[in-house]
Amino acid sequence: MEELDGEPTVTLIPGVNSSKKQMCFDWGPGEMLVCETSFNKKEKSETVPGCPVIYIIRKDVDVYSQILRKLFNESHGIFVGLQRIEEELTGKSRKAQLVRVSKNYRSVIRACMEEMHQVAIAAKDPACSRQFSSQVSILSAMELIWNLCEILFIEVAPAGPLLLHLLDWVRLHVCEVDNLLADVLGSENPRKHESFWKLVTILVLQGRLDEARQMLSKEADSSPTSAGMCRILGDLMRTMPVLSIMLGDEAALLEQKELLNNWYHFLVTRLLYSHPTVKPIDLHFYAQSSLDLFLGGESSPEPLDNILMAAFEFDIHQVIKECSIALSNWWFVAHLTDLLDHCKLLQSHNLYFGSNMREFLLLEYASGLFAHHSLWQLGVDYFDYCPELGRVSLELHIERIPLSTEQKALKVLRICEQRQMTEQVRSICKILAMKAVRNNRLGSALSWSIRAKDAAFATLVSDRFLRDYCERGCFSDLDLIDNLGPAMMLSDRLTFLGKYREFHRLYGEKRFVDAASLLLSLMTSQIAPRSFWMTLLTDALPLLEQKQVIFSAEQTYELMRCLEDLTSGRPVHGEPDAQRLQDDDIETTKVEMLRLALARNLARAIIKEGSLEGS
Amino acid sequence: MEEIYAKFVSQKISKTRWRPVPAGSLQTADTFATGSWDNEENRVSLWSIGDFGNLDSDGGFEGDHQLLCDIKHHGDVMDLQTLSVGQQWTAAHYHTSPGSLSCRSAPCTGVVCSNPEIVTVGEDGRINLFRADHKEAVRTIDNADSSTLHAVTFLRTPEILTVNSIGQLKIWDFRQQGNEPSQILSLTGDRVPLHCVDRHPNQQHVVATGGQDGMLSIWDVRQGTMPVSLLKAHEAEMWEVHFHPSNPDHLFTCSEDGSLWHWDASTDAPEKSSLFHEGGRSSIFLFHSISNQANVHQSVISSWLSTDPAKDRIEITSLLPNRTLSVNSLDVLGPCLVCGTDAEAIYVTRQLFS
Repeated sequence: MEELDGEPTVTLIPGVNSSKKQMCFDWGPGEMLVCETSFNKKEKSETVPGCPVIYIIRKDVDVYSQILRKLFNESHGIFVGLQRIEEELTGKSRKAQLVRVSKNYRSVIRACMEEMHQVAIAAKDPACSRQFSSQVSILSAMELIWNLCEILFIEVAPAGPLLLHLLDWVRLHVCEVDNLLADVLGSENPRKHESFWKLVTILVLQGRLDEARQMLSKEADSSPTSAGMCRILGDLMRTMPVLSIMLGDEAALLEQKELLNNWYHFLVTRLLYSHPTVKPIDLHFYAQSSLDLFLGGESSPEPLDNILMAAFEFDIHQVIKECSIALSNWWFVAHLTDLLDHCKLLQSHNLYFGSNMREFLLLEYASGLFAHHSLWQLGVDYFDYCPELGRVSLELHIERIPLSTEQKALKVLRICEQRQMTEQVRSICKILAMKAVRNNRLGSALSWSIRAKDAAFATLVSDRFLRDYCERGCFSDLDLIDNLGPAMMLSDRLTFLGKYREFHRLYGEKRFVDAASLLLSLMTSQIAPRSFWMTLLTDALPLLEQKQVIFSAEQTYELMRCLEDLTSGRPVHGEPDAQRLQDDDIETTKVEMLRLALARNLARAIIKEGSLEGS
Repeated sequence: MEEIYAKFVSQKISKTRWRPVPAGSLQTADTFATGSWDNEENRVSLWSIGDFGNLDSDGGFEGDHQLLCDIKHHGDVMDLQTLSVGQQWTAAHYHTSPGSLSCRSAPCTGVVCSNPEIVTVGEDGRINLFRADHKEAVRTIDNADSSTLHAVTFLRTPEILTVNSIGQLKIWDFRQQGNEPSQILSLTGDRVPLHCVDRHPNQQHVVATGGQDGMLSIWDVRQGTMPVSLLKAHEAEMWEVHFHPSNPDHLFTCSEDGSLWHWDASTDAPEKSSLFHEGGRSSIFLFHSISNQANVHQSVISSWLSTDPAKDRIEITSLLPNRTLSVNSLDVLGPCLVCGTDAEAIYVTRQLFS
């Protein structure tokens, strides 16, 4: 068992007096159900419940944020795009493509940050505003880390360009400079602006020397003589330690702590002026010393600092581990790890349940998405790209999505069919078909069973139709039965239903001979259920009673054989009661009538067949 | 290529519809409505696309659509139409089980308006006819279908056409009493459910349907019970099909497979510069008619019904830049097209025929 990295946080459940009552809980896929029990810790159990509600506790609230939803959706598109172009990524262009993907992710994070910032400003409720602002700073930290990872792990810049990238990185994240620049330049007399020298210093710290020179030249313009220039430079030396900064003097740099704002800015500036050709592998020495110098023993490193330090040490696993702990949502680590995996940077770091880290994180993220009522559709694609456990996870999750409308069910079925998950298709269709049968929508039920190729259910539906026919004497839903088409072949019972209806149609059209042979074939081919034979034979009666001979002798023998089959297999069980006797009576009468009709028909048929034509 | 603007809106879009512009006016469409689905709280929203006059210097954001207002909607939004009404009809669609008195509500799957009449169809196989000023339904056909009715459209004013999940088109005439359809059309072969239907704007007997297998079928309801042509289109369910209201030689379809196609059957199609469409998959498609009926003299020959394969080619263009999750809905009005997807994005273009 690993040790805990931090103290677990305590969440209070409103309405439940946890000192008095006990609570019970159960885990769900992404959340927990909690409610109060009637057990009392100290006293005897009371019968009156204190709090009658069940609580759902979610750790991941980000999934429910409106603005973050855009992050999830857009990054899903980027993720799927990356997986798809994986095969095409070769050679030199591969790195460029991967960098482009990384930049795409980052721009999505920035867009979200922007929007959330706008909302934070516009929010009327201060608590809300605070919440949004803290969300903005989390997003900003995420972008900072991602950007650094992009420079160090994906771009893999060699010494030289490395520093330029790091400079860009720092500049991107300290945006007060631009505001200040605009402020100072926009004022009437820039030289006299109170922040003038501060601005020049910051520009130098950030390595924006051209702009610093421009600012200084404004100052120089005001004193035309070069002697004045020297005086100015002398002033500079005294008032602002710009030059000593430019010489890379660490002490001078440290004095500018306030302007630098954080240790990584300090690190980059220091590297710029003293070790501009720093090699990537040496970075962590400077990083560690910068961190120590900057913090100066006053404060301890924050989680963000640890993450950045791990990045400088090129310890990817540590970066991911720290991020997983610090962030409440798996989004960041899942996407970053996937991208780094495409850069072939992760060794197969096997976790103790057999899948690798990338897959583990993607599975966690996707499972979190499935717990959301709407974002489950995104989760499907993530499972697709998890080779070991993705399919199994998808199979389990997809069956549990609540299906409130047919349209949603159709989408879920399409997902299953595209992945050849026939079991799930069958089970979902069966649920929908049962619902339809209960609502008396037999056509819908049939179309679901056709889709699932579920012969058993089709049989059930056909039995229902036949039962309705027996009860009412006519078919319901003729539009369906008349137009079954090839679906009729799905189940024997369904075929029987279709053919039986056809028999009725033929009879209605007075095509008696065809009707007769169809009727006979229904019995002899065994697709008619035994229970229905009596009905079929009864249907044969009017055909037997017709003036003309319809059944041939051969056919009549067949009918007689069927009748005998039917009657011989019907021993009387147990005690006959009045109803049974009455039923038996009716049965016997029917059989008698049939026997008579068959005999008469046989006689006529034999005569007809034995006679010469025309006589 | 048309400039198409995408915006992520934090809700899965089930329907989009342009607000109709007054007939004969020169305005182009500028407002559209969307309905969301699968949210705990669904919304119907109205959006406005930017003004043509004020183009920004960077041009980027101007194409973006802005939210005007929205209201809550109970349940998924299944269909949208524009009409002025002062009523709300709840419990228009419901299931009853035999032998029980309780009703469970059933999803209403389609609605179509022809001022002042409104027709709705649902999963309960029921057709309702409402009038904008009446409280009760004017006419209800119970058990019109034993399966789910997916979509409905007006043919002529007293006649409607419905499609269902066993692949049948049924024509109902409200002038007739009784609960039987006046005509039933269907495909032979597999009973593939039909999901959408649209009528040709000028020729009321030409109808296009889209099915679960992504097949586009063109029907002539006056002749026979079989479609005039079957076109293999998408790889998954086709959710919506629309004839362009003012250029009916153009047809648009969108599907679960994440694509939106523009079918151009105008006779000068080969001259069109299809090669300049960047990002779009454009192909000339030869379609053949499956009907072998004797040709009827038609005074107006529709390019959709024409049976001469050598002469008539349809050009198909895919309008969305990359594959996305399902495109659930689209609408066209003039040169503007809007569509909504399950990836929670709305795409708008204002230059369809550039």
